[in-house]
Amino acid sequence: MSDDTFDLESLTDIATGLRPGTGEKPPLALLAVAALVALAVLAPIGWLVARAFEVEMARALALLTSSSTLTVLANSVALVAVVTAASTALGVPLAVATARTDLPGRRLWTVALALPLVVPSYLGAFAYVAAFGPNGTLADLLAPLGVESLPSIYGFFGAALVLTLYVYPYVFLGTRAALLTMDASLVEAARTLGDSSLTAFRRVTLPRILPGITAGALLVALYALSDFGTPTIMHVDVFTRVIYVEYSYSRDTAALLSVQLLLVTAVVLLLESRVSGASGSGYASGQVRSASRLELGWLTAPVLLACTAVVSLALVVPLGVFTHWLLGANALGGYGSGFSWTYAANSVYAAALTAGVAVLAALPVGYLSGRYDSRLGRLAERATYAGYAVPGIVIALALVYVGVRYARGLYQTLPLLVFAYVVRFLPQAVGTTRSSVVQVDRRLVEAAKTLGDSSLAAFRRVTLPLILHGVSAGAALVFLTTMKELPATLLLQPANFRTLVTYIWTARESGFYGRVAVPALCLLAVSALSMLVILARDRHTD
Amino acid sequence: MSDTHHTVQTEHGVDAPRDAPDADSIALELDGVTKRYGTETAVEDVSLAVREGELFTLLGPSGCGKTTTLRLLAGLEGPTAGTVSIAGSEVADAARASPPNERDVGLVFQDFALFPHLTVAENVAYGIPDASDAERDERVSSLLELVDLAGFEERDPSELSGGQQQRVALARALAPEPDVLLLDEPFSSLDVRLRVEMREELKRILSAAGVTAVSVTHDQEEALSISDRVGVMHDGHLEQVGAPEAVFENPESRFVASFLGQAGFLSGHIESDTVETAVGEFPREQLTGSTEQYVDALVDVLVRPDDVALSPADSEMDADGVVVRRQYTGPSFVYHVELDNGDRVRCQHNHTESYDVGEPVDLALVADHALAWYPSI
Repeated sequence: MSDDTFDLESLTDIATGLRPGTGEKPPLALLAVAALVALAVLAPIGWLVARAFEVEMARALALLTSSSTLTVLANSVALVAVVTAASTALGVPLAVATARTDLPGRRLWTVALALPLVVPSYLGAFAYVAAFGPNGTLADLLAPLGVESLPSIYGFFGAALVLTLYVYPYVFLGTRAALLTMDASLVEAARTLGDSSLTAFRRVTLPRILPGITAGALLVALYALSDFGTPTIMHVDVFTRVIYVEYSYSRDTAALLSVQLLLVTAVVLLLESRVSGASGSGYASGQVRSASRLELGWLTAPVLLACTAVVSLALVVPLGVFTHWLLGANALGGYGSGFSWTYAANSVYAAALTAGVAVLAALPVGYLSGRYDSRLGRLAERATYAGYAVPGIVIALALVYVGVRYARGLYQTLPLLVFAYVVRFLPQAVGTTRSSVVQVDRRLVEAAKTLGDSSLAAFRRVTLPLILHGVSAGAALVFLTTMKELPATLLLQPANFRTLVTYIWTARESGFYGRVAVPALCLLAVSALSMLVILARDRHTD
Repeated sequence: MSDTHHTVQTEHGVDAPRDAPDADSIALELDGVTKRYGTETAVEDVSLAVREGELFTLLGPSGCGKTTTLRLLAGLEGPTAGTVSIAGSEVADAARASPPNERDVGLVFQDFALFPHLTVAENVAYGIPDASDAERDERVSSLLELVDLAGFEERDPSELSGGQQQRVALARALAPEPDVLLLDEPFSSLDVRLRVEMREELKRILSAAGVTAVSVTHDQEEALSISDRVGVMHDGHLEQVGAPEAVFENPESRFVASFLGQAGFLSGHIESDTVETAVGEFPREQLTGSTEQYVDALVDVLVRPDDVALSPADSEMDADGVVVRRQYTGPSFVYHVELDNGDRVRCQHNHTESYDVGEPVDLALVADHALAWYPSI
C-alpha cells in the first residue's frame, strides 16, 4: 500500500510535506493503545476472510468462476475505469482553470465545484432517477409535448454519470492542491529556457502535479468500487449490489464476493503505489510563490459554461428535484405521512455517539504517528485507513457475521452499528488529529518539560489545547459523514431504529418519492455543513 | 533625504567615457521603462544600457524595483511604459512584450528552481530539446565541466548542496547560449562562507562562457566586488550607474552615499578657501568639483569611517562630541559619534584603541582624498 492517500487530509499532507520528526521513542502504553485500536479496526475483515475460507473449495471455485460472477467482475471494473477516466477528464481541467487562470469568480467556483464531494451519491442517483426516469419529472413535463420516451437513465451509463458527478472533486482537489503548492518559479524557469506556456505545462507542471492527480484518481477508483447506493438505484450488477442481494439468500456467496471485491481493491491500491512510486521524491525547491495567472481570453466563456454545467448537474438537479417534491407533497396535503422527526433524532444520536468514540480511538493513533517516528505507529495509522479502502458493504457484512455467529446479543443493536461506523470513518478522525499533532512545534513541548511538566502534563497543558481545533474538526466530519452512511446503516440497523437514511431507502423501494423530500433535503443540509467544516479547517491550517 | 543630482560630478566627468557605450556593443537596453501594478509603481522611468560581455549589477534595498527590472528583462513581466531591447531588437513596449521563450535570455533563479523530477543532466539539457543526442550530451558534459560538476549527471537535484545546485542552475541557464544571463540574488540562498567562494566561481564561469550578465542584489559588498559596473536603485528609480569604485567614491545622491559604506555627514559652510565644520576646517579644493560659485553655501560633507579619527578630549567642556555607540567587528571598532551640533559620524579605529560609550572625544578629518558633498537640507 502506498502513502496514506485515502482522504483529503492526506492530500494536504502530501502537499505540505508535513512529516513527523525523528528521535524519541514513544511510550509503551501509547503504543499498546494504538495497536489495540488498529486490531479492532482490522478484526472484522479478518473474520470475513475466515468465514469465506469455510466454504468448500470446489463450491467456492465454482461460484467464483461462474459466468454471473465474471459478469459482476467485468461490470465493476468497467464502472471503475469509466468513472475514473471521466473524473480525471473533468477534474484536472477544472482544477487548472480555478487555480492557474484569471477565471472570474475563481474562489466561488472552487467551493461550488468541490461541494458535490460531500453530497452522498445515492441522493444524486435518486434525484436523477426521479427526474429523468421513465415516470420522472422530466417525462411528465415532456409528455404533453409529444415526447413518448426518454433514453433510460437506468443502467451503466446512468451509474457512471452520477458517480462521476459526485466523485470527480477528489481529482479536482488533489490536482488543485498540487498546483497550489508547486513552486511557480519552475514554470518561469521553463519559460526562460524556451518553452511556450503550453509546452511548459506539459514538461514541468504535469509531471509535478501527477502525484496529486493520481492520488485523487485512486480515491475516485476506490469510491466507484465501493459505492453501494448508486449502482443499486441504477440497477447495475456490480459487487456491492450483488453482495447486498446475496446476503439474504446465500451468505457463502456474499462472503466470497466480498473477498473478491477486497482483492480488486488491493489491485487498485497496488497500481497506485506503482505510479506514485515512480514519480520521485517530495523534494520541493524553495518557497511557494503565486504563479502568474494564465489569461483565458476567448476561452473564458466556454470555461464558465463548463463550470456552470457541472455545478448544475451535480447540485442544482437534486436540490431542484427534492424541492419540487416538497412543494408538490405540501399541495397534496402535507409531507408528513410516514415521516417522523424521531428519525432525524435517531440519526443525530447514532452519529454523535460515533463521533465521540472515533475521536477517542483516533487520539492515540493520530498522536503516535504525528509525534513519533515509529514503525509500529505508522503501521497502526495505516491499519486505521482500512476503513477507507474496504467497501462499507463489506465491513457491514463482516459485522453481520460477527453478530450472528459470535455475539447474538449485539446483533442489530446500536453498539454494533456504531462500531461499524467507527471502522468506516476512523480515518477522518485520525487524519485530522495527526495533521494537527504534526503542526505542533515540538519545541513547545520541550519548553513545557524544561518548565517542570511531565510528558503527560505537557500533553495535557500544551499539545491538547493546540490540537483541539483539529480534533473537533475531525469529530464534526465523522458526525456529518455518519449521518449520510448507507450500507452499514441498512444491514445493521437495530429494530425500530429508523434513521433519515433508512427511511429514504424504504420510501424509495416502496415508490413513495414524495415522502423523501424532507429527509433528503436534511441530508443535503448536512452535506453543506460538512463542506463548511472542511473549508474552516483549510483556513485554519493556512 | 534629497535625491538631488547636483551638476558637479557630471561636469567632473568621473565616469563619462565608460557610461556611454557604442551602439554596436550594447547587449541590452532599457529605455524609459516604467512598471506599475495597479496604483503601485515598482519601476519608474529607468533607462540603462548594458555592454556586451560585462557583468552589470543592479544594487538596492529590498523593494527598490531591481527584481521587477530583472523580470522585465526576462519577459516574465511586461512594461507599463518604455521599451526593452535585447541584442539590438526591441522585445517589449507598453503594448506588447514578447514572452520569455521568444527571447534569448537565461535566468538563474534566487532559489535555483531546478526541476525536481529531472536529473542534473536532464535539467541542464532542458533548454536544448532540439539538439541531437550527441550534441546534447556533449554540451551537457562540457557545461558540467565548466561549473566543476563533472560526474554529477545522473544525480537528483535534491542530493546536491546549495552551492552545487547553484552551479547546475548556472549550467542550465547557459546551455541554450543566451544573449544575456540574468541572475536574481544569486548568492542569497547560500551560507556566508560559500557566498564568497561562489562569487569568484561565478566570475570565472561567466568570463569563460563569455556571456553578458545582469545580476540583482541587495548586498553591496557582493555588487562592488564582482561587477564591471553597478546601478544603484532606490524607490523604483535608477539613481547612479558606474564602475564600482567610481560609484563608491562619488555617490551622486545622498541615498547612494548612505546605502554604500557606513556614511556620515558633516554639515559645513563653504568659505573662499576653506570649509568650516564642527570639527575644524579643511581646504575647499578637497570638496569634489567645488567652484567659486558655491562659496557661502551650506553643505553636508560625506565622511566614511576611515575619513575621521578620534582622540580623547582634554575636557568635557570643549570636546567635539561624545561616543554614543560602539560596534566591535573583530579587527576594528566602529564608533558612532554625536557632535555638539547634532551631526552623527562613524569612525573606524584599530581594536587596540578603545573608547567607552559616553566618553567625550575630539574628532579630526584625516581623509586624503576628495570628499563628496550635498547641498544642505
